[in-house]
Amino acid sequence: MATSAISQSASQSAGTGARGGLRAWFLRSENARGYALMGPTLVIMFIALAAPLILLLLYSFWTQEGYTVNTTLTFDRYFDIFVNDTSENRLFWTLFQRSVSISGVVTLVTVLLAYPIAYYVAFHVKKYKFLWLILLTIPFWTSYLLRVFAWKIILGYQGVINSGLQSLGIIDAPLEFLLYNPTSIVITLAHAWAAFAILPIYVSLEKIDRTLLEAAADLGDGPWRRFWRITFPLSMPGVISAAVLIFVPTTGDYVTPELVGGTQGKMLANLIQIQFGKSNDWPLGAALALSGLAFVGLIVVFTVAAFRAAVSRVR
Amino acid sequence: MSKSSPATQDGYLRIEHVTKRFMGVTAVENANISIARGEFFSLLGPSGCGKTTLLRMIAGFEFPTEGAIYMDGQDMSAVPANKRPSNMVFQSYAIFPHLNVHDNIAYGLRRLRLSRREVNRRVEEALAMIHLPGLGKRRADQLSGGQRQRIALARALVNRPKVLLLDEPLGALDKKLRESMQLELRELQRSVGITFVFVTHDQEEALSMSDRIAVMFKGKVLQVASPRALYEAPNCREVADFIGSINFFEATVRGQEGGDVILEAAGLGTVRANLPAEHGFISPGARVIAAIRPEKILLLADGNGQPGQSAVGVIGAHAYLGDRDHLQVALSGRKEPVAVAAQQIERALTARFDSGQKVTLGWDKAAMLVLPG
Repeated sequence: MATSAISQSASQSAGTGARGGLRAWFLRSENARGYALMGPTLVIMFIALAAPLILLLLYSFWTQEGYTVNTTLTFDRYFDIFVNDTSENRLFWTLFQRSVSISGVVTLVTVLLAYPIAYYVAFHVKKYKFLWLILLTIPFWTSYLLRVFAWKIILGYQGVINSGLQSLGIIDAPLEFLLYNPTSIVITLAHAWAAFAILPIYVSLEKIDRTLLEAAADLGDGPWRRFWRITFPLSMPGVISAAVLIFVPTTGDYVTPELVGGTQGKMLANLIQIQFGKSNDWPLGAALALSGLAFVGLIVVFTVAAFRAAVSRVR
Repeated sequence: MSKSSPATQDGYLRIEHVTKRFMGVTAVENANISIARGEFFSLLGPSGCGKTTLLRMIAGFEFPTEGAIYMDGQDMSAVPANKRPSNMVFQSYAIFPHLNVHDNIAYGLRRLRLSRREVNRRVEEALAMIHLPGLGKRRADQLSGGQRQRIALARALVNRPKVLLLDEPLGALDKKLRESMQLELRELQRSVGITFVFVTHDQEEALSMSDRIAVMFKGKVLQVASPRALYEAPNCREVADFIGSINFFEATVRGQEGGDVILEAAGLGTVRANLPAEHGFISPGARVIAAIRPEKILLLADGNGQPGQSAVGVIGAHAYLGDRDHLQVALSGRKEPVAVAAQQIERALTARFDSGQKVTLGWDKAAMLVLPG
């Protein structure tokens, strides 16, 4: 798409006899250089993101009939999810609600835990900041799946925590509330996404001009007021990007609820996965996926706007 | 609670034996300054002389390693920055980027739990004072350098501090704006009557604005005096050199005659000068420095020089500057030529100056300064 635009306008200006030819035109044109830089990424984005989305959209308007797909366009899948009194409808809303509340809690917990770490590295680590950041990302050197399994071992019926507490004589029988419920999903996801919260918050804290904090102190603010009136509002971009970065993918997470969630921890993505697998109803899966996408998008837009408005009231 | 030493009780802001060391490096060494209420006081010195460190200790961002600072009789040793009766205008202005002009200026007032109307009234008043009425809604990133500077000033003054601290506030402005801000700032200080402590490395700025100036050099306060006294009677070579331009001559004390001191100076021969106010360092045979400013040297008709107050030389380089001429005059017995600034009026009376021409230089004995060697 982009590459054809370049070659087209290139041939145009060549046709009008541009001085110095293609090279000079390339150097003169900001746009051409911009597209050339983005070109490879744009191509990949189109193939790997736009095309599948369009395909998904098409599927959601089709109908599964046995082993074949009827490609007559219809809104029936969406009616089944949103309007008709069907099991899809009830399931979608139950699981959507659960997904949003679980990943909402995950987001909150992760950002709240990440903020102090990011703050510490940005403001109190003087010498080995880079080393600190590397150390904080060490958990990410292990695969996501292995980390989820690790939590399963830690939280399990005969896991590290239970056997540890038992051998210390603190408990008699293993604690059952540790694994296979929404709490274990929150613990696992909060750990898994920690670095995605720490890094953006760290960057936005690091950028804050320290003179502003001195100015706030000079104008009468103690450490707490200084934090709420200057540091926190100025770290907003980092907090928001951390929250979005965690909330969006965790709402759609499928591995963690599958492995540590148990029956009470099934989330929307598990339902979608079933449509593309066992149930073999791709059109319904596509419609569920796109509905989830749209609602998560709306939630993000409104929450971010509300959060921004709230913070801008801090004076 | 407040300790005070009787010797300098009169000072509104007192800096007593203040020393600051950063990991073995001494930034400020035994500073003693007493500033009167309502005074426009400047800390002047080259970069790295410790003037900003001293100002930051007054503000409470740094604490002295030794010594103490008193404001209005109160010891500030255990008082953090947010509890001090001072406010600061930062070199970078430190305008809060997420707040508009109104909220920036009102920042220090919010804490006081004033009514909304009172806050608005004070902010409007402050905006009028800095000649930017109606700018309250403007975002911080829509301001010019001059506007930021004024808003930083208003944000500090709106709290009615006992002492206003200014850290090179005009350094980032262009020359024209800087000059008009100098006048404006001085006028503002007179009208609000607040004690100003102004840090600058620009000697002209310090001379034109201050009631008194402390000249700092390598962490030490060398001289505290009025602008006139600093220029006319510097107490050491560093101060004389930093403020204005000056010619130095290695000299030896020959003796005293009446109120005068007789020196033997390289290139000038026997020289007569007034005895400086502090003359403990003057004794026969002592090595001293004789110094004279270029504009205090007169060009005389040949043979009109008085003994002890004149010298004969040859004109070297010559620069015409409109209102004055700058000449380099070579003297025998001295490698460096002497700088002479001849004013227009003087130039009209004498002949043209040409390179290679022989001239007689003369001066008033009061203009010849004697400094410790």
